[in-house]
Amino acid sequence: MIYAKDINESTPWQDLTPGGEIYERGTARAFNTGAWRTNTPILNADACKHCMLCVPFCPDSAIPVQNGKRLDFNYMHCKGCGICAEVCPFPAITMVSGGVVK
Amino acid sequence: MKSRLSGNEAVAYALQQLNPDVMGAFPITPSTEIPEYFAQYVADGQVNTEFVTVESEHSSMSVCIAAQAAGARSVCATSSCGLALMYELLYVAASCRLPITLACVNRALTGPININNDHSDSMGARDSGWIQIYAENNQEAYDNIIMAMPIGETPGVRLPVMSCMDGFITSHAVENIELLDSDVVQGFIGEYQPENYLLKKENPLAVGPYDVSAYYMEHKVMQAEAMKAAKNRILEVAADFEKISGRRYGLLEEYRMEDAELALVLIGSTAGTAKAAVDQLRAKGEKAGLVKIRVFRPFPGQELAKVLAGTKAVAIMDKSEGLAGGGGPLFAETRSALYDLPERPYLISIVYGLGGRDVKTDDIETVFSRLAHISSSSQIGPVYTHMGQRSKEETV
Repeated sequence: MIYAKDINESTPWQDLTPGGEIYERGTARAFNTGAWRTNTPILNADACKHCMLCVPFCPDSAIPVQNGKRLDFNYMHCKGCGICAEVCPFPAITMVSGGVVK
Repeated sequence: MKSRLSGNEAVAYALQQLNPDVMGAFPITPSTEIPEYFAQYVADGQVNTEFVTVESEHSSMSVCIAAQAAGARSVCATSSCGLALMYELLYVAASCRLPITLACVNRALTGPININNDHSDSMGARDSGWIQIYAENNQEAYDNIIMAMPIGETPGVRLPVMSCMDGFITSHAVENIELLDSDVVQGFIGEYQPENYLLKKENPLAVGPYDVSAYYMEHKVMQAEAMKAAKNRILEVAADFEKISGRRYGLLEEYRMEDAELALVLIGSTAGTAKAAVDQLRAKGEKAGLVKIRVFRPFPGQELAKVLAGTKAVAIMDKSEGLAGGGGPLFAETRSALYDLPERPYLISIVYGLGGRDVKTDDIETVFSRLAHISSSSQIGPVYTHMGQRSKEETV
């Protein structure tokens, strides 16, 4: 069985799976789709009350939560849509132009 | 067992004997009778098939793709515009490496709208990654569809198989036929045992994921290798089939080609007519022969070049107008296949029989007389012509 961890952009065709089949679950986690971003949300941690409104609104599950508190954005999957900044009741999320986190 | 069946009845009966897990069913002339007869088998409890009636051919092929990916043997039948509406899914089935079986009853593609036979539907799908096998008559239509699963399901192949026959000429004409016992058919195809499938609970599986440019090319090479490997597998399955049926099949059929100087290359039911014409010419001492292409994908180029190596003039007869501006698709493939021969025969392209235009032994003899003239005069004349159309000019 060929697993996703054994495949990369140097793998010859003989070592790939027929039809690109994937024999595991959750491999999308390893795919950096944050590179598509053209705007970037910035968390102002001091202003965040951890109301958790942003979390279910995020279409890309890019806001991790731990022990009842939201953590900083998962920029590997955030597309910069800005919905989180729109729904935030506090001035805790600011959208900045450009895809790169400064 | 001897019987008398139309081509559609023969294919439906074969499907009943194959007892697939799923059929995606949508009617279109002239293939409608296949799901229609099969529905009776379902209603009578003669098969265990999940018979899924859908709203289009796009959906019937989608059903087959999903079912096959789940681990089920799935089958489908269609014609003409139905195949065209499947077009997107044909590529999905092939690239996901799902060995679906499709009965294609060849009919002209619209437009102008027409329900009669030519090969424009399946020729349009020739680059979709499906194995394509063409029948000359009802017996071959029956035999070919029984061989489809053992060919397509082989691990080194894993490709869908399109089993084609000529609409109405073969699908609706009743002929004598030799049928196999159902248990022999079941023994021949065996159990479907894919290594991975969606319903295998031990391992999760994603089928048809997005392929970025860093991987797409590699997956296409894998498909191309599978298509090359299919050639040998088709011959192995044919050899096994001969053991249970006594009927022998190859990638192509040579008819009186041993010392032939003038030859035809063509596909499908016209081979029957052409054999009769060849016999008449042979009786007059003409060195005439015929090559019937049975397997078009993978294309038997080397085999064809070998058969035609000793000939002087050959007409490649296409039952589809590829509108390439220079000859039909079979002509293009054949001429390419002969390029590596040290001495090549004269080759002409004749497009004929479009939209059900009839072809008779006299027409075939006319083609041979043109080949005889080319051979004796060493003047090829027009390379790309049509046959059977009304014209103010003299035609073939």
